[in-house]
Amino acid sequence: MTRPIPLFTLLILLAIPLSLLAGRVWLDPWSTPNAVVILAELRLPRAFLAVIVGAGLGAAGAAMQGYLRNPLADPGLFGIAPGAALGAVASFWFGYAASAWLLPVFALAGAGGATALLALIAGRSAGVALFTLAGMMIASLAGALMSLAISLAPNAFAMSEIVTWLMGALTDRGWAEVRLAAPLTVAGIVLLRFAGPGLDALTLGEPAARSLGVSPARLQWLLILGTGLTVGAGVAVAGIVGFVGLIVPHLVRPLTDRRPSSLIVPSALAGALLVLVADCVCRVLPLVTELRLGIALSLVGAPFFLWLLLRMRREAWL
Amino acid sequence: MTLAARSLTVAKRLDGVTATLEPGRITAICGPNGAGKSTLLQCLAGLIPPESGEVLLGGAPLPHGRERARRIGYLPQTGEIAWDLSVAALASLGRLPHGDRGETQVADALAALDLTRLAARPISTLSGGERARALLARVLAGEPGWILADEPLAALDLAHQLALLARLRNVAEQGTGVVLVLHDLALAMNHAGRVLVLDQGRVTAEGTPEQALAASVIETVWKVRARWLGGPGSRALAAG
Repeated sequence: MTRPIPLFTLLILLAIPLSLLAGRVWLDPWSTPNAVVILAELRLPRAFLAVIVGAGLGAAGAAMQGYLRNPLADPGLFGIAPGAALGAVASFWFGYAASAWLLPVFALAGAGGATALLALIAGRSAGVALFTLAGMMIASLAGALMSLAISLAPNAFAMSEIVTWLMGALTDRGWAEVRLAAPLTVAGIVLLRFAGPGLDALTLGEPAARSLGVSPARLQWLLILGTGLTVGAGVAVAGIVGFVGLIVPHLVRPLTDRRPSSLIVPSALAGALLVLVADCVCRVLPLVTELRLGIALSLVGAPFFLWLLLRMRREAWL
Repeated sequence: MTLAARSLTVAKRLDGVTATLEPGRITAICGPNGAGKSTLLQCLAGLIPPESGEVLLGGAPLPHGRERARRIGYLPQTGEIAWDLSVAALASLGRLPHGDRGETQVADALAALDLTRLAARPISTLSGGERARALLARVLAGEPGWILADEPLAALDLAHQLALLARLRNVAEQGTGVVLVLHDLALAMNHAGRVLVLDQGRVTAEGTPEQALAASVIETVWKVRARWLGGPGSRALAAG
């Protein structure tokens, strides 16, 4: 077993300078005109945002897989990310998206609405099955409403804006988004970390977890709020960035003792690293327009998901 | 410190069960399918709130949350382990109610169950017997005053059943209360210090194994004519 936290911290510290310099045009701090402005106002906030978004999604994925005791769980399945996306789509629909603040605020409101609905439906029984079904219902409803909004978009420009935004990206983001997402994501990761011992106990099933003193209701509240904050903040500033929460815990798990609690912080760091590197790759690929981050991660994530399924079938254990 | 059920009633499963269990020995709960054995065990563990009646630990109402978890260890029948933990990591889950890593207690629990050499092995690589011992090590690591185990011997072959019972008897002799739900009446007869027979949610017989599992009780509760062969400690049940 290696030490994943120092490992991923070191890799992030190595990747950040690379991310500051990488782009269609590689930046030379000494010769590129306005290098300081480009670094301070464009690339540094973008790198920070990649770290924040990836950390939130990685931690939420690890916690969700621990809670559902299922390695195929992804925070996107449980309604919060689609809820946030629906909020953002509403801001486009009503023409508020031009404001740097209103779009993420709408998205956060959507995430908050989905979180509240999830808590309202699943919170009474504190059972995993109802939680999963409620989350899937919210995700389906939000997805249907987004499709409705797209099909009834007031004009072709709004429709195009919505579709492009939904693909997820960190392009043209600044410090405003960092200031919005960072505190929410950190608070969410802290809540998820508090859920760690309860998730460890759940490894043995719900009755054994309760016999170990775990309160299922408290655990579910920590999960719902922690995921709401991390995923909601991530979608609010970057759009839908899928598969990070699914992939990262799998890459990290062999480096830990496999207890869900020991996976949350390393998954946050590995998620940060993955999104940071993926965003660099999106920038340097020689395409006509920059590849959207959400598309790039889905292109990697979907085959990974298939590989995971095949491996599970072969080993009948995960 | 005794563990006592007072008029426990749970709809359609328990009907006014009263019993006082003493530590320092193995108490077996026996009965046909649907008799309420697992429900009683979960009530005693504080996992199912009774509709009426109460569970007393040392004469006081059962505590809640972590305090209860520190004093009563519960081993469910399913034996579920969602992730491929190492044996040591699995045993360390027993320390959750204490909020510490309890390295000494985990090492002691592994040693007591002869698992020290397997401490680093992933659960997926263990045999059924080793896995059952690892699950019990998790409970022992919490050093509870009572161990309540639901069919811990199911799915084990005879050698592993006897080995696990020997470990449990050692634990009981050191002053811990051990309550086992057992289907195998011969194991209960030969290894329990006390037997509680449940039928349709009620206590039908209680006492020493010879009293509680007498041929007349077996005929009344299990509707099977049977007789015991052999001497104390090595009895076998024969039909007819």
